Amino acid sequence: MAQIRVEALDKSFGAFHAVKSASFTVEDSQFLCLLGPSGCGKTTTLRMIAGLELPTSGTIRLDGEDVTMNRASARDIAFVFQLFALYPHMNVRHNIGFPLKCEGISAAERDRRVVEAARILRISHLLDRSVSGLAGGDRQRVALGRAIVRKPKCFLMDEPLGALDTEMREAMIHELRALHDRLGATTVYVTHDQLEAMAMADRIAVMNNGVVEQVATPRDIYDRPASLFVADFIGSPPMNFLPFRAGLQTGAEAIRLGERDVAIPAAREAMAESELVLGVRPEHVRFTDRGMVRGEVYGTEYLGTTQIVTVTTHYGALKARSPSSRSFRTGETVGLDFRPDTLSIFDKASGRAIRTALHEGGAHG
Amino acid sequence: MTSVTAAHSVVEPSATTRRFAGSLVVLYAVITMIPLVWIVLTAFKSPDDAISYPPKVMFKPSLEGFCNLFTTRSRQTPEFIRSLGPPQGLCDGIARDRNMVVAGPSNYVPRFVNSLIIAFGSTVLAVALGTLSAYGFSRFRVPLKDDLLFFILSTRMMPPIAVAIPIYLMYRTIGLSDTRLGMILLYTSVNVSLAVWLLKGFIDEIPREYEEAAMIDGYTRFQAFVKVVLPQATTGIAATAIFCLIFAWNEYAFAVLLTSGNAQTAPPFIPIIIGEGGQDWPAVAAGTTLFLVPIVVFTVLLRKHLLRGITFGAVRK
Repeated sequence: MAQIRVEALDKSFGAFHAVKSASFTVEDSQFLCLLGPSGCGKTTTLRMIAGLELPTSGTIRLDGEDVTMNRASARDIAFVFQLFALYPHMNVRHNIGFPLKCEGISAAERDRRVVEAARILRISHLLDRSVSGLAGGDRQRVALGRAIVRKPKCFLMDEPLGALDTEMREAMIHELRALHDRLGATTVYVTHDQLEAMAMADRIAVMNNGVVEQVATPRDIYDRPASLFVADFIGSPPMNFLPFRAGLQTGAEAIRLGERDVAIPAAREAMAESELVLGVRPEHVRFTDRGMVRGEVYGTEYLGTTQIVTVTTHYGALKARSPSSRSFRTGETVGLDFRPDTLSIFDKASGRAIRTALHEGGAHG
Repeated sequence: MTSVTAAHSVVEPSATTRRFAGSLVVLYAVITMIPLVWIVLTAFKSPDDAISYPPKVMFKPSLEGFCNLFTTRSRQTPEFIRSLGPPQGLCDGIARDRNMVVAGPSNYVPRFVNSLIIAFGSTVLAVALGTLSAYGFSRFRVPLKDDLLFFILSTRMMPPIAVAIPIYLMYRTIGLSDTRLGMILLYTSVNVSLAVWLLKGFIDEIPREYEEAAMIDGYTRFQAFVKVVLPQATTGIAATAIFCLIFAWNEYAFAVLLTSGNAQTAPPFIPIIIGEGGQDWPAVAAGTTLFLVPIVVFTVLLRKHLLRGITFGAVRK
């Protein structure tokens, strides 16, 4: 297994700048998710790590060795494709054994390792079937088998669950994570689905427009988003944003929002007066009669144990998560309060999160 | 299934439609088959039956057409023929009945062999070149790709015979006229544009993940092309090969113009048969019948690919 270092990676397709100076490190036996909306450059980044695309500039290191310009076959990595890419003219056994055949491993050894991979993935009974008759989940297992049979330095997966239905996807999320834990393989996993990323990853790299916005643990990504984009992209419903204009002193513990002061985590940097954004997760909104923001209930979405209440306020529509036991009438006037220690503040112009006490004590820097 | 008695299905054609469509197909098949049946029947008629009017449908089969096709004969006096021993073989017997003796084999077999070599040679070459360039156009960022593809297609926009005279002069200068190599190159150059365009369509349909997977698994691009792309392109390659072969096999105009002694193919040779001793229609028909055989065999061998090939890509999966 290996460490993957990506340094200042750039990729342009003609005039289109797909990846802009992406840098991150995947430690040995870590599971990293590249997460972002479609077209953000996550797949291109993965393909550059695999050697299927050559970067315009930048460096890729596998265990310290510069492999940026190496051929895909010379990198000792395994790649799982979204559409499985099983060879339709071969049966399951030959598909799984194909990489070993490429390496020129003897037939006996090949068969032993294919059988072992099939046992790990619980597809032993399918070995002599043709791949065209398999169900989606089984096809994906065969594709995984082809990846693990070679014991490569790392696994790269490009939305491998994208083509499966919801139920199968749920099951495969747990299987993939369990497989990762058992093999301890360094894995880079591309997805646009935040739930997949949250459920599986040790660390998540959120990408947008070719830029890596934040690399952190799922918890940090959720609780301490580094940018407006991350805050908006992660979470369902996303973070509420309340725009305001103010300056900020180092150590300030409140901001002026309209008529009232709102307590915030102590600021760790100073900002001249500018357009700022207060970010608050729906579950950190509380209903109190003495609330600092007042508004009218616009509607509710019932989600079982909780409900999402949309409140029209001076700052736009805010969403709050509340226990579903509480009932709201449409048009009712309510007061809203925010949990001070969880609030994020962003610079509206750059989208960057302003450093506050929120960022201390987190796992990342 | 709990089938409620529905008056008709909305997607299935009705029985009337099906009968109508069926009879159209049969009618079309009959119309296209009649000339072929006529040719095959004529091949087995005697020269008299072949030109009788009204045409004979029932007749006494004869191999005279085939004998005349494969042999050259010379006319002799009855006395001379009587002085010879018993007829040597079936054809000698038939010839003697017409006061002739077999003088030697005709040129049909060498011409037929030329046809085989030239048509199959150019087909192999056109399909090989076409597959490689179609793969390149399909997978790589080729500068001016669209213009190049259009240029390749544009070579088929004029009738090939329009360039017959320049090609004749060129071939005479560089010594390719009346050579098999020259004909193979000529038919290849005509077919390769068709092959590139047809095969590009097929290769575009093969997901590139297959090769990428193979390249990650340790193959070079060329190995991935041979081991992964080619097996999946067999359908397209077979369909393309048949189209190329049919063109090269049937080509007449260039063959008349550029070949005579050495490299003459069967199409320009068959009409020549007429001239030898009256209009020998059974011999012409026999030559044509045999000429049909290789293409029929080739098509039948590849028919399962051909059917899939023609409808390939119309519906995804």
